[in-house]
Amino acid sequence: MRLEARGDVSRLMLVVAPFAAVAFTLVAASLFVAWAGAPLMRTYALIFEGGFGSRFAWAETLTRATPLILTGLSAAVAFRARFYNIGAEGQLYAGALAAVAIGGLHGGAGFAAHPALLFPGMMFAAMLAGALLLLVPALLRTRLGVDEVVTTLLLNFIVLLFVSMMLDGPMKDPTAMGWPQSVALQDEMQLSKLVERTRVHSGLLWALALSALLWAVLKYSTFGFAVRAVGANSRGAAFVGVPVTRTMIAVAMLSGALAGLAGAIEVAGRTGYVTLDMSPGYGYTGIVIAMLAGLNPLGVVAAAIFVAGVLVGADSMSRGVAVPTYIAEVIVAISLLSMLVATAFARYRLRWR
Amino acid sequence: MVADLITMFAGADFWVAVLRIASPLIFGTLGVLLCERAGVLNLGIEGIMVAGALTGWLVVYFGAGLWVGVLVAALTGAAFGLLHALLTVPLALSQHVAGLGITLFATSVSYFAYRVSFPNVTSPPTIQPFAEMAWLGIPVLSRQTPMTLLALLAVPVIAWILYRTPVGLAVRMVGENPAAAEGQGLNVNAVRTGAIVAGSALMGVAGAFLTLSAFNAFFFNMVNGRGWICVALVVFASWRPGKALLGALLFAFFDALQLRLQQSGGEGIPYQVYLMLPYVLSIVALVLVARRATYPQALMKPYVKGER
Repeated sequence: MRLEARGDVSRLMLVVAPFAAVAFTLVAASLFVAWAGAPLMRTYALIFEGGFGSRFAWAETLTRATPLILTGLSAAVAFRARFYNIGAEGQLYAGALAAVAIGGLHGGAGFAAHPALLFPGMMFAAMLAGALLLLVPALLRTRLGVDEVVTTLLLNFIVLLFVSMMLDGPMKDPTAMGWPQSVALQDEMQLSKLVERTRVHSGLLWALALSALLWAVLKYSTFGFAVRAVGANSRGAAFVGVPVTRTMIAVAMLSGALAGLAGAIEVAGRTGYVTLDMSPGYGYTGIVIAMLAGLNPLGVVAAAIFVAGVLVGADSMSRGVAVPTYIAEVIVAISLLSMLVATAFARYRLRWR
Repeated sequence: MVADLITMFAGADFWVAVLRIASPLIFGTLGVLLCERAGVLNLGIEGIMVAGALTGWLVVYFGAGLWVGVLVAALTGAAFGLLHALLTVPLALSQHVAGLGITLFATSVSYFAYRVSFPNVTSPPTIQPFAEMAWLGIPVLSRQTPMTLLALLAVPVIAWILYRTPVGLAVRMVGENPAAAEGQGLNVNAVRTGAIVAGSALMGVAGAFLTLSAFNAFFFNMVNGRGWICVALVVFASWRPGKALLGALLFAFFDALQLRLQQSGGEGIPYQVYLMLPYVLSIVALVLVARRATYPQALMKPYVKGER
């Protein structure tokens, strides 16, 4: 069995591949539904209804998609340059903590600066926190050759413990009756709601704008060219004069900043304070989303909405039929693997000798 | 404080804990080592450990023997390893992404299976795990389970296979120079697939240690980053089985130490600082060895015949 590159990769196959992957995913996931002993069509219908079937469902899905778009962008830009940042989860929490540090009410007293000044300061602090957190693995990689996958993964655990320490100590909300949660943001720092009586907030617009911006930057700017060149062939890029190390560091800081911003927007738009379970793995899911999107920033939006819909839909489905909500993660995992295989087959054919 | 530490190091209890904490790491690190020696990164370990922990425990819960549980965990690991091998060897997909995909898939399927098997339990169901080997009569070792003995025996066995047998030579060759291996008449894809499957089986056993030996039940999040630690330990060990054992013991030493320090309550230091210690030390260890790390030359380089 061996691979053979297709002479001409047809556009049709590249378009068909994702749909083939989704079709395969639905078939494979139905085995799991059958295992749980639930009626298949009803389960799928409930997931779809819960995720996309009503105004309320869409509102919940878009709320869930907001941080996922940002962590998806974070992974997409890093993976483009083959910088494997698996630490978006930690960077998200670092951003959330930084946001509360600047924009929070500390024992009833926050920073007294004007909101027009404080709000950008809060968002900047969050981005800086995420960027600086990823700068350490980036420098270790470029200076000492330490693989960034392991360091970013391990940093996630360290950051989460640090957050827990802060929630027990200096940033603890004294009025929270012993619950481990941080002090709340000042009211002026909260993001406005987009739709009445739902949880969709203006953070969604930020996420959409950033994905368009990032798409344009990667496609048309010199920096974008450098990123793609480093990802495609870093030796070749160095040979033609692309500053490989500097590009790698810049990509890392951008990736960390996006994940940090995801944390700040989650706090300012949804929770209002930091808890240890504010992110059910948004950082890790972002990687899946980036891969589903083929590392394309615009595709990230579509992939994030799909994944968010499945997650939200599975939550509401499990109240109707006896299928554990973990079916959502199973669906997401199978779609990732089958998407990888489908795109491989669009570019290569398998020859049995 | 110092006197406390001396009494602790003199007592057997501490060293019993060190060896117990090290056992799953030994299995896992050897598993990663086998895959990487053949040139393939396997980030599926975190999920494969979860899957091994569940399936090994589940068959014992439904009446099978403990060793059958270990075998089933190994087979579970091997099955996920085969999937990872298919994605990364003939299809030559990104080893990072495929591995993370395997972790996500194995973890979610395991959690799903646990919930399907036990829809409404308030406290986790338990089994009778491996007993201590009191009959052995060796101070620290006789308070371990047979799985720890297996882990310790696996180190020289893997080292012997890697350095003293044709199979081991083949594995090392496809990880260093696959084109030359092909020239010697080896089937690179087959050797790599075999190494990944065997390594993943060890990862499955690493997971089963948690549910069949260290604890008596399956918990969500019970693997808790141990798989990633193993990936770091392999770099620390310079891809050598003996050093992998040393690394696992060293890591376990610090993990046991932070547990004790936490209990004895350092003055005013939050307990989270102690919990961070093992992760911080792993990163420090990586930095220290990075300069003189001798990576398998073809690590993370897919081999497609006829391409350079």
